[in-house]
This record gives sequence, C-alpha cells and structure tokens, in this order.
Amino acid sequence: MAERLLEVDDLHVHFVTEDGVVRAVDGVSFELERGQVLGIVGESGSGKSVTAMTVMGLTRDVNARFDGEVRYKGKDLLRVPEDEMQGYRGAEIGMIFQDPMTSLNPVYRIGEQIVEAIQAHERQDKRAAKRRAVELLKQVGIPNPESRVDDFPHQFSGGMRQRAMIAIALACNPDILIADEPTTALDVTIQAQIIELIDHLKDDFNSAVIMITHDLGVVADIADEIVVMYAGRIVERAASRELFYDPQHPYTWGLLGSIPRLDRPRPDRLHSIKGAPPSLITLPQGCKFRPRCPHAFEKCMEEPRLEQRVAAPGHLDRCWLDLDYKRVHRDETISGGHTEAA
Amino acid sequence: MLTFLVRRSIGAVLVCLAVTFIVFLIFIVVPGGGRLGTAERIAGKNATTQNVINIEHQWGFDRPIYVQYYRLMKKMFTGNLVSYTSQQNVVSQIWQGIPITLSLSIGAGIIWLFFGILVGVISGVTAGRLSDRLITVLALIGISMPVFWLGIIARYYLAEGGITSFFPDGEYVGISQNPAAWFSHLILPWLVLAVLFIGFYGRVLRGNILDTINEDYVRTAKAKGLSSRRILIKHVLRTSLIPVVTLFGLDFAGVLGGGAILTETVFDLHGVGQYAAQNIASFDLPPLMGVTMYGAFFIVVFSMLVDLFYAYLDPRIRPT
Repeated sequence: MAERLLEVDDLHVHFVTEDGVVRAVDGVSFELERGQVLGIVGESGSGKSVTAMTVMGLTRDVNARFDGEVRYKGKDLLRVPEDEMQGYRGAEIGMIFQDPMTSLNPVYRIGEQIVEAIQAHERQDKRAAKRRAVELLKQVGIPNPESRVDDFPHQFSGGMRQRAMIAIALACNPDILIADEPTTALDVTIQAQIIELIDHLKDDFNSAVIMITHDLGVVADIADEIVVMYAGRIVERAASRELFYDPQHPYTWGLLGSIPRLDRPRPDRLHSIKGAPPSLITLPQGCKFRPRCPHAFEKCMEEPRLEQRVAAPGHLDRCWLDLDYKRVHRDETISGGHTEAA
Repeated sequence: MLTFLVRRSIGAVLVCLAVTFIVFLIFIVVPGGGRLGTAERIAGKNATTQNVINIEHQWGFDRPIYVQYYRLMKKMFTGNLVSYTSQQNVVSQIWQGIPITLSLSIGAGIIWLFFGILVGVISGVTAGRLSDRLITVLALIGISMPVFWLGIIARYYLAEGGITSFFPDGEYVGISQNPAAWFSHLILPWLVLAVLFIGFYGRVLRGNILDTINEDYVRTAKAKGLSSRRILIKHVLRTSLIPVVTLFGLDFAGVLGGGAILTETVFDLHGVGQYAAQNIASFDLPPLMGVTMYGAFFIVVFSMLVDLFYAYLDPRIRPT
C-alpha cells in the first residue's frame, strides 16, 4: 500500500470577524497517499481554498480558530510553531495559486524567485541553485530556459508564469503539491497543458497532488479521488470514476450539469445551480444545500451525516434521498430539466 | 538604457527652457504697465528716474519681446542679474546661500527619510495595534504643526538664550571652518524641518505596506517557506518603497531649491530660502526671478533622477 502522506481529520477553521464567526471549514476529513491526485471541488466560499491554505499554515491569524488535526507523515501541522512550519512550506508541501499574473513578484527575475525558494531550504550556493532553476524551468516546459531564467515575470505569458510557479513549488522536491485553481485564470487551450504537466510532474517528483477547482471537468482526467465541498463541509466523496458515473448528492449533480458536454443531448441553456451559496456566518438549518436543492423534503431539516449509502466502498455522501428516487430523478436534474422542487 | 537617458535629458533641458519662458512671462510680460512701468517694477522701490530709464534701455523694454527675453536670459546665465534695490549680484547671492541650503536639506533629508521609513514600517507591520495607533496620532501632530511655530518653540526651549541652552541658537557655521559647530548649529533646523516629512512619509509608507502585504506574491513568498523578516524586507518593503522614492526626490529638490523658507528664516540661516523670503518682503523682482529659476532647475533635475531610479527599481517600466 502506498505511503500515507496526509491525513486531515475533522478539520474546523473559523474566523472571528466583526459580523460574527465565519465557519469557513466545518468538519472536513480526507487522506492523501503518495502518487495520488485528490480533487477538491466546490463553488467560491465552499471552504476548499481555506482547507488547502490551512494545510500550508497560511491561514494562521489572530482571528483564526482551528480544531481537528492535519497530520503530515504523522505530525500535526496545526500545532507546529510558526518557525517550524516554515520548514514544511515549500520543502515538504509546495503550493501554486490561481492567478499567475499576480503570484510572482514583478521586481525580481524568474530565476531569482526560484533560487530563493531553493535557498530557503537547501544550503546551495547561488550558481548551483541557478543551475537547478534552469533545470526546473526545462522540466516545466519553458523553451530556452538558459536565457528565460533571467527574464522578469512581465516578459512571460500567463501560461508560462504558471509554469514558473510550478517550478517554484517543486523547487525543493516536496511530497505534496497543492494546486489552488491553477487553471482558472488561463486560456482554455493552456488549461489542459497545465493540468497535464502537473499530472506528469507528479510522477517525476514522486509526490501527491491536491487539485482544487470549481470545475469538475478540470479534475475529471487526473484525479484518483474527488471530494465535493459545500458550505465548509464535504457533501460527497468518491473515487473519480465512481463520482462521475454514480453521483449521489444533488449538489454534485448540479456541478456535473454545469459542464458543457458533447455526449449528451444539447440543452437549450447550460444548466446552473439556482441561488447562491449560504452565508458562512448564518448557515441554514439541516442540510446546508437544502435552500437550493430541487429535491428537498421534510427530513432535510436535519443534517445528514457523511456516510456510505451506496454499494461502492469509499463512496460517501450527505443526502437523505433514497436510492430509487435518485435513480429516477438524477439524469433529469443533471441535464437541467428538473428545476422546481419535486 | 542609453537612449532612455538621452531622451530623458533632452526632455529635462526642454522643461528648463519652458520654465525660463514662463518666468519671463510671469515677471515681465503678464503684469504689463508699458515699457516704463515694467522697468519701474524691475528697478524696485526708491529708484531714481534715471535708473528706471537705464533699466528700460538695458533690459530692452523699448525693443521687441524676443529681445527682452534674450537679454533676460543673457543676464541670468552670464551671472549679470543684479538687484537694483540692494545693488547686489543675484547669482552670487544665490551661490553664497547654496552651501547653507545644501547643509540643511541633506541633513534634514537623511533624518526624515530614515525616521519616515522606520515609523512607516513599524506602524504598517503592527497595523491596528497600540504602537500603530500611537504613531498615527504622533504623525498627525507632526504633520499639523506649523514649521514657524515648532521652530520658535524649539528655539525657546532648547536653544542658547532659551530655557535649557542645549544647542546654539540659529546662524550657520561653515563645515570647513568648524565641523562640530556646523553640526550643532544645524541640529535644531534639521529636526524641525524633518518633523513634518516624517509624519507624512510614515503615513504614506504604512498605506503602501498594508496594500503590498495582501499581494499574491507575498503569499507566494510565504508558501516558499521564507522567514517573515525576509518576506518583509525583500517582498513587502521593496515594492512599498517605490512611491516613497518619488516623494523624496521631489520634496528634497523642493527644499534644496529654496523651499525651506520658514525654517531658514526662523533659524536665521542665510540660505536660498531666506534670500527668497527677504526679496518677497521687499518685492525685489530680479532676485525672485533668479530664485525661481534656481528652484525649478532642482525640481527638473531631481524628477529626472527619480525617473531613472524608478526604472532601476521597477523592471516593468524599464525601457528595453
């Protein structure tokens, strides 16, 4: 069995604000093994980014409250002091962000920014580190890395900058690479290249990947397991194939319905999920998706637990609907035909 | 880079030329009054009729306008501009004031830049906490205090003849004559002049730091596992200081160009600023024309330096 790198166990992240307590993440658990790609999918405000940033220790703040555990190779990162955490960031866990246009410092050369990442954790002189920077740029597919290493970020295109970000994140050979919406700000043609690159580098660097996205289509090909988050909770979790072929939660259906597809009859309009995600300060009672769910009924006033309700092992969801009902209504909902409450 | 330099220098020369023309317009053409009236203004109070007629002829007020402009420029650049009230050569008077003004501005500039940055960094990093609030209040007090008032208070409490006599009172001692006396005579003027700028720079830098700290690239720096000190210095301060460079360049040029009129007057420093103040009081135009040109020259030179330094600091605006 592959080495278990990360265990997130009942993670809670709350932020105390003037308007009240924001429950950004409420009881999230998942595991990550070496070589695995985990997709975390959800809308803005579902808590997916906060979960990932908390693993990196980037949400630490006077107003942040944490509960649960984030165990990296058995060590609880939530309780590691800040200066020790610096040793994990970049070295053990690397991260790339959504907007490559703003994620690189405009006043330093690309090479300097990679060298800085290397020297933060490894005792290497500048020349050796720069040689490694060139090597990294080559690995992430930058043409003429020997000369481009001395370019400034504004001389790179968006896709190239994201490649450079990946080079920075992988500079110290981390065991986990967290990619927070790495393709959202990129052209569609570049998106697939970046996803493919991440998937390919994962094997070269023998690491695991957490891929965060709001677009199920992005992780469809590369994720081994997918976690769907809504309002700070996991609403469904399954192996990738399982999630696409037998989705259980109406929210997941909504997400699937919002992917344009060629293998289904073309709908008049691309389906969208009605309404907006709830305020994380005043969450609805019971199932958090209830106010937007076309299939909600009385029982939904009580929040369902995340548990296995179908035959496939490891396929967990939070929905009270019975399997027969779902079998009948699912395709209709995904294709957008079913919008009013049943 | 060289073409940028050349282009920017040519631009600077053109701006200086435009300034000379505007000075000519403001002091000579716009007020009007005919050829004799203009000559009377230049001659100053208590001028004899013969003087006025001589000036009219010398300055070419009886000739076409371009001759007048040419003669003014010739006087200014050959050092023949003379105050008819005091019979002193304007250029040599300014020249005499330069070491004093230069001493004042360099010392004060170092103090205000250093403490401005210090204050800005402390309040930016501790934003919202007690130290930040305290600094904010102090900065506002510093910005609000008029220089002439602060200068007099400082003299009253700290200078010789006042309550404590810690420092010598006013006047300037040349650095080559007695460096220690030069220093002790200038401490109070430096501090008084710097106070206003410290508060202002601190506020500006605090704002910049708070903006920069939320930049995505600062988050990237954190994600690399850099120490918070390195993040602050290399990633936050480096970009936050860029606008401060502009401010400093122009403020410094302003003070050097005779802008510290109040400080120089309060502490009886016979620099360019005080020379300007005297001649404003006596409405003596030739010295004012000279001082205006002199001040404009520094502003133009320093804004060019700021541009060059900017290009060095921010590769995005660097010409390729």
